Amino acid sequence: MPLPFLDDFRQGQHVRALLEQLAEHAATLERPARIMEVCGTHTMAISRHGIRQAIPESLALISGPGCPVCVTANADIDAFIEIALLPNVIATTFGDMLRVPGTRMGLAQARGQGARVQIVYSTLDALKLARENPDATVIFFGIGFETTAPTVAAALVEAHESNIDNFMVLSAHKVVPPALAALCATPGLAVDAFLCPGHVTAIIGPEAYRQVVDDFGIPCVIAGFEPADILQSLTMLVDQIAAGRSEVELQYSRGVRPEGNPTAMAMIDRVFEPCDAEWRGLGVIPGSGLAIREEFAAHDAARRFPVDVSYSREPAGCLCGAILTGIKSPRDCPLFSRGCTPDHPIGPCMVSSEGTCAAYFQYEI
Amino acid sequence: MCLAIPAKIVNIDNQSATVEVGGVTRQASIVLLPDARLGNYILIHAGFAISLVDEAEALETIKLFQQLSEGLDGENGPEPVQ
Amino acid sequence: MSKQPDSRILLAHGSGGRLTHELIEQVFGKTLANPILDRMDDAATFDIEGRLAFTTDSHVVSPIFFPGGDIGRLSLTGTVNDLAMMGAKPLYISAGFIIEEGLPFADLETIVASMGDTAHEAGVQVVAGDTKVVERGAADGIFITTSGIGLIPPGVQISATGAMPGDAIIVSGAIGDHGATILSKREGMDFDVELQSDCAPLGGLVADMLAAAPGIHVLRDPTRGGVAATLNEIAASSEVDIEIEEERIPYRAEVRAVCELLGLDPMVLANEGKLVAFVAAEDAGQVFEAMKKNRYGSLATKIGRVRKIESSRPRVYARTVLGSRRILSMPTGEQLPRIC
Repeated sequence: MPLPFLDDFRQGQHVRALLEQLAEHAATLERPARIMEVCGTHTMAISRHGIRQAIPESLALISGPGCPVCVTANADIDAFIEIALLPNVIATTFGDMLRVPGTRMGLAQARGQGARVQIVYSTLDALKLARENPDATVIFFGIGFETTAPTVAAALVEAHESNIDNFMVLSAHKVVPPALAALCATPGLAVDAFLCPGHVTAIIGPEAYRQVVDDFGIPCVIAGFEPADILQSLTMLVDQIAAGRSEVELQYSRGVRPEGNPTAMAMIDRVFEPCDAEWRGLGVIPGSGLAIREEFAAHDAARRFPVDVSYSREPAGCLCGAILTGIKSPRDCPLFSRGCTPDHPIGPCMVSSEGTCAAYFQYEI
Repeated sequence: MCLAIPAKIVNIDNQSATVEVGGVTRQASIVLLPDARLGNYILIHAGFAISLVDEAEALETIKLFQQLSEGLDGENGPEPVQ
Repeated sequence: MSKQPDSRILLAHGSGGRLTHELIEQVFGKTLANPILDRMDDAATFDIEGRLAFTTDSHVVSPIFFPGGDIGRLSLTGTVNDLAMMGAKPLYISAGFIIEEGLPFADLETIVASMGDTAHEAGVQVVAGDTKVVERGAADGIFITTSGIGLIPPGVQISATGAMPGDAIIVSGAIGDHGATILSKREGMDFDVELQSDCAPLGGLVADMLAAAPGIHVLRDPTRGGVAATLNEIAASSEVDIEIEEERIPYRAEVRAVCELLGLDPMVLANEGKLVAFVAAEDAGQVFEAMKKNRYGSLATKIGRVRKIESSRPRVYARTVLGSRRILSMPTGEQLPRIC
């Protein structure tokens, strides 16, 4: 039984035809092109389907800062772990965060020290845990970009309206457009086009990339995540590069509306306000984070559980900063697979299951 | 950062929908998609429906792929899933 | 023996006295009955001539009851299959039980009945056992350790080191059922799906395969770590490369759907009623046909080939839908659901 609206986009015959089409169009390029994807899910999909190996050599696919786990600063991770170690706390998180190391330890080790850590598929499951455990405080680690932030916001609204006082969120959420703008302004950045995240854009809408195409002249195509989507998007980007255009184009038309999802955006805005946030490898980007508004202060773990994380340090010796900005590739890092592996990660890019270094280590030949 | 897959709404109870994909069902909140209706395909992410799947657009795109396949090697491509 | 509906196992059931005796006779002895066990000696005795295979397995699965099986069935199939993977005909099983005080009696009876049924299906006898009861919290319901002895027919030489370049690689059916079932039932996942564990004894399937070709090179059941782990283990042990074609691997739609929802690769999920066979090219056709005729091999599929090492060390390559290759790595640690 094929999965509807999924399997057709990884169907062998279609995919191979799209690959041929991409090769034909790429032949018209005057010089090699560097295309950056800014979504961890794209990073994984590209490696997992062997896309790098299959596309013309004139196209270099580089990974940008699209992995919310990778770009979460150690100070935020350490703060969550400190709270997880407190008595009567149930620390809830998406599975993505369990193995991330932190300065002193990761969540898995905290669990070994007696912290009650529960992986959830949805923030609503964490809310349910709060209802079922009135004597404990359930803290949810809010990581993710605009695809995930509205879901966490919705859970906070429900907690607020239903008086579920023992449910709180520690927000480390970030938003994409300010980071993209900062990336575009990075000196030395050699990127000819962006492969844009389909699901983030389903929320924020295609107009979010207006500044990138108009002010920086870098073409953007909003791409789905299946092999056919990625290949079709690459062809659209190659065509723009060859013609000297810089426009926002939508490949993922089945998932993204021109207006994005206004209900979801309003939900984010109701609960969160922009704040400055530190992106590992990129430094502080103004207005790129989401902080919980005063109205929801009672459910803000940062306010309710201030913790001392002055010991937080970023790991030394890794090239993650340069890798996250696409300037270097995992194999350029002296630690890659020599001391830094998914089982013993040193830097953020290897830590996350969808980090650039992790994807290379796991899939790339 | 966005694992979301298409699933079909098979039941709605206020703001909670039951969605189905490949024989797996789960509850999903539709609080972010007030226009969602029974029978719609939605994208489910972390237990929430975040966007409707535009079936017409999907079929258009698949048709394009088929034409490409046929154009390149003169054979018929496979039928899209309904 | 108290048969009230809410009666539970007590510490006294493990202390060696009257209650232990009654438990052994009326639950284990009655359900697992065979001439050797019936003697209730300190050790089982029997005569076997030939080359033996011997293995042990501990079972701590949670939940202890799951669609398609329970810890009892799993404890039998786990050991029976380890023997079968050496080409041995499984014969005798021992079972040690560590029971948490408070386990409902009815649960124990169901589990032991399950073991009896599975032993019968597998053609083995449970000839020795032991029971201990520990305090509440010291075990998760029940832990079972089984050991097993089997007899290897002459001419059969199966080993993880036996894969040769040119060998065909065949899986016996749809991949990932057990792992996906357990995952979907785990706390916090809440997926409603008609998935069942594939938990099954494979001694009969292996016997059919060996009858078709006694010189099969490698057999392995892809349990923890799934097919990904198995292929990597064999590649390393045999010092070869392996190349599989992703599109050929059979999966149930439900398993794929669970994996897509959770961001998991079905190739790392456990299987408890499947095997991977490495067979010389000239034998592959006959072995394949023999598998298809057996109830546990009806969906058998050739998924790839063994090759000589092309780089500095053994690797498993997967040919993708694009026709390019990517690495299929040894899975790292616990498989966690993700949203990114």
